[in-house]
Amino acid sequence: MSPEKPQESKKNGLAIFWEEFSRSNFLVIFLAIFTGIILGGVLVAVTTPEVYDAFKVSFFAGIGKAFMTAVNTYGALLTGAIGNPEKIQAAFASGDPLLIRRAINPFFESLVQTTPYIFAGLSVALGFRVGLFNIGAEGQIYIGALTGVWAGYAIPGLPPIIHIPVAMLCGALGGAMWGFVPGLLKAKTGAHEVITTIMMNYIAFRFSDWLLKGPMADPTEVTPKTPWILESAQLPQLFANPIRFHIGFFIALLMAFLVYLLLFKTTWGMELRMVGSNTNAAQYAGINVTSRTVIAMVLAGGLAGMAGANEVLGVNHRLIPAFSSGYGFDSIALALLGKSHPLGVVLSALLFGFLRNGARSMQLTVGVPIDIVSILQALILAFIAAPAIIRTIYRLKTPKHTEDIVSLRSWKG
Amino acid sequence: MTTTTTTPSIATSKGMRSRERRRRLIMGGIFLAAALFIWFVFVANITPGAQTTFLMAPGGSSNETADWVFSTGITLNVIAGILALLGVFQVVRGFGKITNSILAVVAILFIFGFLTWATSGGQTNLAGLLRVMVVRAVPLTLGALSGILCERSGVVNIGIEGMMLTAAFVSTVFASLSHNLWIGMLSGILAGGLMGLIHAVLSIKYKINQIISGTVINIFATGITSYLSSKFLQKTSYQFLNEPGMFPQVEIPLLSKIPFIGPILFHHNIYVYAMIILVLFLSFMLFKTRWGLRVRAVGEHPKAADTLGINVFKTRYMAVILGGMMAGFAGTYFTLGSSGRFDEVLTAGRGFIGLAAMIFGNYNPIGSMGAGLLFGFFDSLSVKASLLQVPLPSEFLGMVPYLATIIVLAGVVGKGHIPAADGEPYEKE
Repeated sequence: MSPEKPQESKKNGLAIFWEEFSRSNFLVIFLAIFTGIILGGVLVAVTTPEVYDAFKVSFFAGIGKAFMTAVNTYGALLTGAIGNPEKIQAAFASGDPLLIRRAINPFFESLVQTTPYIFAGLSVALGFRVGLFNIGAEGQIYIGALTGVWAGYAIPGLPPIIHIPVAMLCGALGGAMWGFVPGLLKAKTGAHEVITTIMMNYIAFRFSDWLLKGPMADPTEVTPKTPWILESAQLPQLFANPIRFHIGFFIALLMAFLVYLLLFKTTWGMELRMVGSNTNAAQYAGINVTSRTVIAMVLAGGLAGMAGANEVLGVNHRLIPAFSSGYGFDSIALALLGKSHPLGVVLSALLFGFLRNGARSMQLTVGVPIDIVSILQALILAFIAAPAIIRTIYRLKTPKHTEDIVSLRSWKG
Repeated sequence: MTTTTTTPSIATSKGMRSRERRRRLIMGGIFLAAALFIWFVFVANITPGAQTTFLMAPGGSSNETADWVFSTGITLNVIAGILALLGVFQVVRGFGKITNSILAVVAILFIFGFLTWATSGGQTNLAGLLRVMVVRAVPLTLGALSGILCERSGVVNIGIEGMMLTAAFVSTVFASLSHNLWIGMLSGILAGGLMGLIHAVLSIKYKINQIISGTVINIFATGITSYLSSKFLQKTSYQFLNEPGMFPQVEIPLLSKIPFIGPILFHHNIYVYAMIILVLFLSFMLFKTRWGLRVRAVGEHPKAADTLGINVFKTRYMAVILGGMMAGFAGTYFTLGSSGRFDEVLTAGRGFIGLAAMIFGNYNPIGSMGAGLLFGFFDSLSVKASLLQVPLPSEFLGMVPYLATIIVLAGVVGKGHIPAADGEPYEKE
């Protein structure tokens, strides 16, 4: 935002601030989330039979019941995500360490859910910055988990200080491999990465089904599962049970910082972004678009692969079928919400992680299905992608410079 | 990559000629490789004198047809010989314009060879396999038709999956409530049309990236149908909402009595017949009517179309809404035509295979049905993989549609024609 010019100085400072603020992206992001949550609340209320019963009594009873239903739902979501303050207080008063850990567990569990979102969100965001739409994060997560878990159980005799990085790296390499194929095809033949990454996703699902049933199956199990990873490959947990919070979260933050450095503080990153914002100009400036495209997809795949490795090394400690349940797809919405900036990605990953974890306990306590989170994500994504909707609803001023959140290359490549 | 170089036309035609030559050689190489593969993998791995038995009537069919028994080795050698001849001709002379058709023939012969080999010493129900293929092709082909409608007008639609899912849900509820399958189907089609409208508004009016818009539709549809399903449809107290019933099988008189072909093609529920009719109808509409010409013009060069007085926005809106309705119709197949109830995410990625079938079929209805049938065949085969005489993991058969699409996209077998303005929002000046 450029500062206002002097002729506007007749207005007082607050008005100027408001005008600037209402033109800014932050307000739109905030209102997009806010509107999504309101609409989600409405949906919960209209799908609750008790609300209709209350409407039969009187109109205001109905409205009150609807309002309370939505508030209770989001209340349950919130306490599920950060913990119940009363319980926390009681636990600290009792001084029993196990009780304390149980009371604060929801908060840390949300961070556990956030971690793969950060990795996967960075993957999609990096792609966006280079003008590539990586829908393949889900498949890359699977492959990263496969290679990560393999390194976790098949390489014995390493100390953790070596085994953990090796296993994480294996995960990154697996994902990178899965990103390399669409990247190469895009760069060499112009095959659009949206379609190729979708196809690569399904190939990854089938491939991992096969591996889990056959070559990588734990022979002692009836259902398809891999063996447990060795203790030396487990990402250390910071607290005792039941808190599963592990150092993967900090690795994710480190990766976000590294992606930030790469994109915004190195020549290389500038070239990558230049390919994303204007391919022709980049080519004219002598940047090798082909190699940058491949590198970007490899890096994006590697980041998503780390999300998979993080899950098996830090949380599950083995690989079971359908373990990812949509982290890769959610991360598309997440990266857009974070404006494809590493810091934005971390913040929206926190939002998504807390939502996801909160919704899980909400489903148990008030019986609202967890799928409400997908609905919220879709609504937020729509509003973020079409800020005009939000600006119309709230009568906001249009920004002076319309800035595309993603500048994707044309469909034909 | 778009290279805006002003090369003289001679150089361009030379480049094209060398590309054509390269393609000719690659295709010839593929044909020869198929022949060699049969000789060195299939023929080398059969017991001498083995017989292949194909059952020619699907299980439970009243249609009596004699089994087809033949020598595995001789058949395989004949097939490989034909493939080798085709390959040599392709390398030396080239089939020119009919190369793609020849490729299809090669693919069918190769698959037949594979089946012959995989059945060696045992028996496979060929008729059953092909019957299931036709059934499995239905949602894929209809999904592809939805994609064709949208993309021919220049709007990318990766939301087919979500549109199908919504329609499947809505049709279940309405058919259960009204006890009328046709009302269910109609409501599903309308629900699909509504999702198409949302896609159109987001991508045409608000000009948001069409892939993001499609993603919104997919996430939203998955979320809302799963939410409502687990809140109501899966609960015993609301079972009356999840009992839509199913369209019965309709036997076409006379045609269904044709041996072998009859039970495969003419003894299905209405969705199979609807698929064939819609494919022909859409081909006619797209390529023989003024409406179709306009849709394609808008998808190729919207500015030129606008100059000639075609309303680009209106044409795109209509195409995308119709595409949504087509996806909606495909969605009702899952509940009213196949399973008779709604379960969470029951489309299981078929919308994306439909998208693949569209690309594989070169944005052409008939081609897409061919692709749908091919993918349906592998789907059908992967179910029966355990019954074959050779150990072939069903997962690998399941990968074939996706691998095939990637290969097509990579241009190994020649570049397809993508509508020129596909994915580009139109700005009126």
